[in-house]
Formats: sequence, C-alpha cells, structure tokens
Amino acid sequence: MAMSDASSLRVRSARRFVGYLLLGLAAVAFVYPFALSVASTFKSRAEVAASSILPWPEEATLRAWELVFLRSEFPTWMVNSTIVTVAATLLRLILDTMAGYSLARLRWRGQGLVFAGVLAVLSVPPIVLTVPRFLLLKELGLLNSYTGLVLPLAVDAVGIFIAKQFFESLPRELEEAARIDGANLWQTYWHVVLPLARPALITLTILSFQGTWNEFLLPLIVMRASPEHWTLPLGLSTLGRGGAGGQTFDYPVMLTASIVTIIPVAIVFIVFQRFFVRGVATSGIKG
Amino acid sequence: MSTETSTASAPAPQTPARPRIPRPGRGSGRRRRGRATGRQGLAGWLFVSPALLGLGVFLVLPILLALWVSFRDWSGLAPLETSRPVGFDNYRDLLVDSGVVQTDFAKSLRNNLYYVLGVVPVQTFLALFLAVLVNQKLLKGRTFFRTAFYFPSVTSSIAVAFIFVFLFSPTGLVNALLSALLPGTVSLVWLDEPTGVIHLLLRLVGVDSPPALLAEHDLMGLSWWEWLSGPSVALSSIMMLATWTTTGTFMLMFLAGLQGISEEIDEAAAIDGVGPRQRFLRITLPMLKPTLFLVLTLGLIGTWQVFDQVYAMTEGGPQKTTFTPAYLVYREGFHNAAMGRAAAIAFILFVVIMAFTGLQRLLLRKED
Repeated sequence: MAMSDASSLRVRSARRFVGYLLLGLAAVAFVYPFALSVASTFKSRAEVAASSILPWPEEATLRAWELVFLRSEFPTWMVNSTIVTVAATLLRLILDTMAGYSLARLRWRGQGLVFAGVLAVLSVPPIVLTVPRFLLLKELGLLNSYTGLVLPLAVDAVGIFIAKQFFESLPRELEEAARIDGANLWQTYWHVVLPLARPALITLTILSFQGTWNEFLLPLIVMRASPEHWTLPLGLSTLGRGGAGGQTFDYPVMLTASIVTIIPVAIVFIVFQRFFVRGVATSGIKG
Repeated sequence: MSTETSTASAPAPQTPARPRIPRPGRGSGRRRRGRATGRQGLAGWLFVSPALLGLGVFLVLPILLALWVSFRDWSGLAPLETSRPVGFDNYRDLLVDSGVVQTDFAKSLRNNLYYVLGVVPVQTFLALFLAVLVNQKLLKGRTFFRTAFYFPSVTSSIAVAFIFVFLFSPTGLVNALLSALLPGTVSLVWLDEPTGVIHLLLRLVGVDSPPALLAEHDLMGLSWWEWLSGPSVALSSIMMLATWTTTGTFMLMFLAGLQGISEEIDEAAAIDGVGPRQRFLRITLPMLKPTLFLVLTLGLIGTWQVFDQVYAMTEGGPQKTTFTPAYLVYREGFHNAAMGRAAAIAFILFVVIMAFTGLQRLLLRKED
C-alpha cells in the first residue's frame, strides 16, 4: 500500500515536471521572438547581419529609432492610426450598444429577421468585401479620406452580438423602476442601462481598439494613393525594405517600427487581460 | 454624425407596411401586439437603424455590387459606367480557359490548400495541448502562461510578419537553431526558396524529376507533379507564423470549453481506476466537441483568407509559390487593373470556404 502510494506520488511529480518543462519550452517559443526583436532595435545593421540570436545588443545604438521617429513618416502614421481608432471605436460603441439593446429588450416587428441578418453578416469573409468596398467608397467619393476608412470599420456585427448577449443578462427591474418614475426610453437607456453595461462597453472598446489599430486590408485599399492618410500597419509595411531576397532588409528599422506598433496593444492587453479573454469566450459562442 | 438624422427617420415609414409580411417562426413578437409594437416598435427600429444602415451599406450592398462587377470588365481606375458586361468570361478565364490567369489561380488554390492542411490540424492540436497543460489544477503561474501564449494573437499582423521575416532571415534565429541541432551550417534563404516540401523529400530519396504519368497530366494548366509539390519552403515559413499567431486564441477557446466540463464525471472515472489518457480520450474530448467544431470552423475560414502575411513577407513570390486566392484578389484588382476578375476570384473563394466548412460540419455530425 505504502509502496504504491510512493510510486504513484513519484509518477505524479514526474508528470508535473514534464508538464512544466513543456509549458516552459512553449513559453520561450512564444516570448523569445519578441524579446529578440526588442533587443535588435538597438543593434546596428552589421551586428544583426553577423548574428541575430542574442537577446541584448553588444554595442547599443539608437540609429534605428532615430530613423523611424525622425526620418520617416512614422509619427504621422501614429497620429492617423490614433484618429481612426478613436473615431471608429466611439462610433462602434454607440451603434453596437443601441442595436444590441433594441434587439435584446425592445419588441418590434421584423426583429427576428434583423437578428438573423446580423448573424448571417458575421459569416461573410472580409476578403470577399475587398473589391466591393473599394467600389462603393469610390462611387461615394470617399477613397483616400478618413471617413472612407472609419465608416466601414464602425459597423461590426460581432459587437452587436456581444452587446445583445450582455443586455439579455441584465435584470429588468432597474429599467422598469426608471420607467415607472417617468423616464422615457432614451433616458432609461442613457442613464440606467448604459452605466450598468460597463463591462460590456470595456470589452467592446478593447476588441474595437485592437481590431482597428491592427487593421491592414481596409487602409490598404482605401488609402493606397494617399500616404499622408496612412495608418501604422500600412506605413509599417513599406518600411525598411530594400528589395527581394532578404539581404537588403534594414532589420533594425523594420523591428523598431513593428515593436512600436505592438506596444499600445500590449499595454491595453496586459491591463485589461480578462476582457480580452471574455471577448474571445463571448464571440466564441456565436459558432 | 451628420447621417444620424436621416438614418433615424428613414426606416419609420416602413413600420406600418410590415404587418403584411408573414414572419414564420417568431412567437414572442406576436404575443405582445398593440401598444408594445406601437411606441416600442418605433423606438426599436430607431435604435437599430443606424447600425442596420451601416451593415446594409458597407456589407450587404457591396456584396451585391461585387457579384455584378464579377460579370463585367472593369479596370477599377476608370469610372464604373465605362465597364462593359462580359458574361461569364471572368469565371471562364479562371476555371476553364487555359492561360496564365488560370495557372496563377490554380497555383493559388494549390498553395492555400497545403496551407490549410498544414496549419489547421497543427494549430488545433497545439491549442488543445496547451489548453490542457494550462488547465492543470495545481499549476503555478497559469496567468503568465496564458498571457504568453495568447499575446501574439492580439498584435498587428504586419508587425509579427516582420518579426518572422527577421527570424527566418539567412543569419536569423531559425537557421542558427537548425545549425545547432543539425550537422553542418544551415543557411537556407527561407523566404526565397520556391521548392515544395514534398519535392524536397522526394529529392532526398533520389526522385529528382517527375514520373511521366505526373508530368503529362494536368489540371487547370498545372501538371499533377506541380499539384503534388507540397507547400514551398517560403510558404512553410508563413505557415509557421500563422500557427504561432493563432494558436493562442484557440487555446483560450479550448480553456473555456475545458472549464465548462464538470469535474465530477472525471473524478468518478478516476476512482473507478480509469487512467488519465483514457479519461481524456473517452470523457474530456467528446465533451469538447462543440469547442473543437468552433475551432476547426474558425480555423478553416481564417486560413482560406491568408493575405496580410503574404503581402508583408513574400508578396506572392518566390515563383508564385505563396500566391493565395486572397492575395490574387488584391493583385488582380489593384495591380493588374482587373477588378471584374478580382471579384470573380473573391466569389469562388467564398464558395470554397462555404464548401469546406459545410464538409467539415457534415463529417463531425456523422460521428454522432
């Protein structure tokens, strides 16, 4: 009895050790590329070309940072990305929560049909929309403008879905109390429902921030001809590339711009991690 | 915001016209007729109409327009009015008539097929594996591991693509690792190597040129030998990037699924002497089936649309071995001024995605 206990204990701790070992290896595989990239932003081109595996620079230089911030359009792209992200996120919050509230709480004819439509739109692959969006924005005269980039980004079916799910989970009593106190529908929505919806609003904000900040395909087709409107990912894609083959790439410059593009999302991610997790979990339900 | 007023008033006149339309399968609305559908109905439409207008204008209308354009010859540069109808020509160029257009499209389909077959199983397996590891009861540092695995998923696709261009560079980390593990020095130019992985393996066993059977037959202008090349070395690096970035998201979904499974059944089986492997295969895995279905579906939909990574890492090269249908949509539409053809590619891709997810749904259902 004692023997088998001891051996099962040994098996269990051996298993736990293997578990940690595997997790550790996986963590290195996921973290090291970022660490190495950050270090390489402080390396010279020569150092990177000779060997690029050390996670610290042997001779630190700010060359790449100066090139990116002082001698490229990078700061402009940062400002543009901020404008577009803030505008699209604000619009999304308003549109998504209003539509979600209406679908969750109000009763009107055609509701089922509209919700089915929202679900159907969820499954349209974005790539299918490339040509048509270009076509439509061209016809509307919105190419190469912030409006043309923000409006398509402001509409999102996932957000409507998340908002609807959330409002359905809220107890009705407070809204009914407000109604009895004489508040109209808009007042109830604005003063009672929205303040209760803070967790959903944060989830929506984060999803929208991350999605808009990283969006590449839409700015590529909308802003191609107008570099002064470029957002970060689009501008980034043009940086540090000398030609084909790989030898002519200016890796420190490419990595500096990449890391700076990642940093805002990284900060938001670390601070609001549980909301990211919730976002994945909720949007996962839709399947 | 100037659209607000016009959108708010637009749907209102529709409301009275609605009742005549039969709506099957909706009971809850019928119960609350009268006052509820009067004032609340109007408010309901007012609340939903801005979003609805957006979805209609930027999602539904464009799709219809694109379907129309796919039957026309339009450069994308000249005004739309100057385009002319060409019937099924765009589709015929891609699927039937031999020529460079067809061969390019065939290559893109081949590449993406290998991409899907490589990425989807690997990322699904890895995600499940990591989720099980992270979900261990007594694990310390769970948040750290979860964060580390999920973080790449939230970053900019172009930024991580650049990081991978760097890792796969001739003197980069990947070659350094391989040089340490394998005899000799590895100095593979990953992103510039067009040879297919299956062709490489065949070369190792001495098969250098195609057997007559495979060289003589072709499908869509591409010889059977070419179809069977496997993903090129360059495409393989993009596949590794894709696996690395998306595994974390799917791990989170599996984690949510695992946490939804009650521990009691598992514990009861453990008391009955069922080993951990059997418990996982017989109890956990069957209960994870909905999550598995979701992960596979999202994986399929995502991998059939790979674009950003191709654009940033290889621009379709070397020798068109990283062409994908999504990349061709962009290339034909915006570089070759063939918007009609680009739209046609997009619709074929749409059908392919639907077919794959439908097939997979069918397969998973049959197991029940």
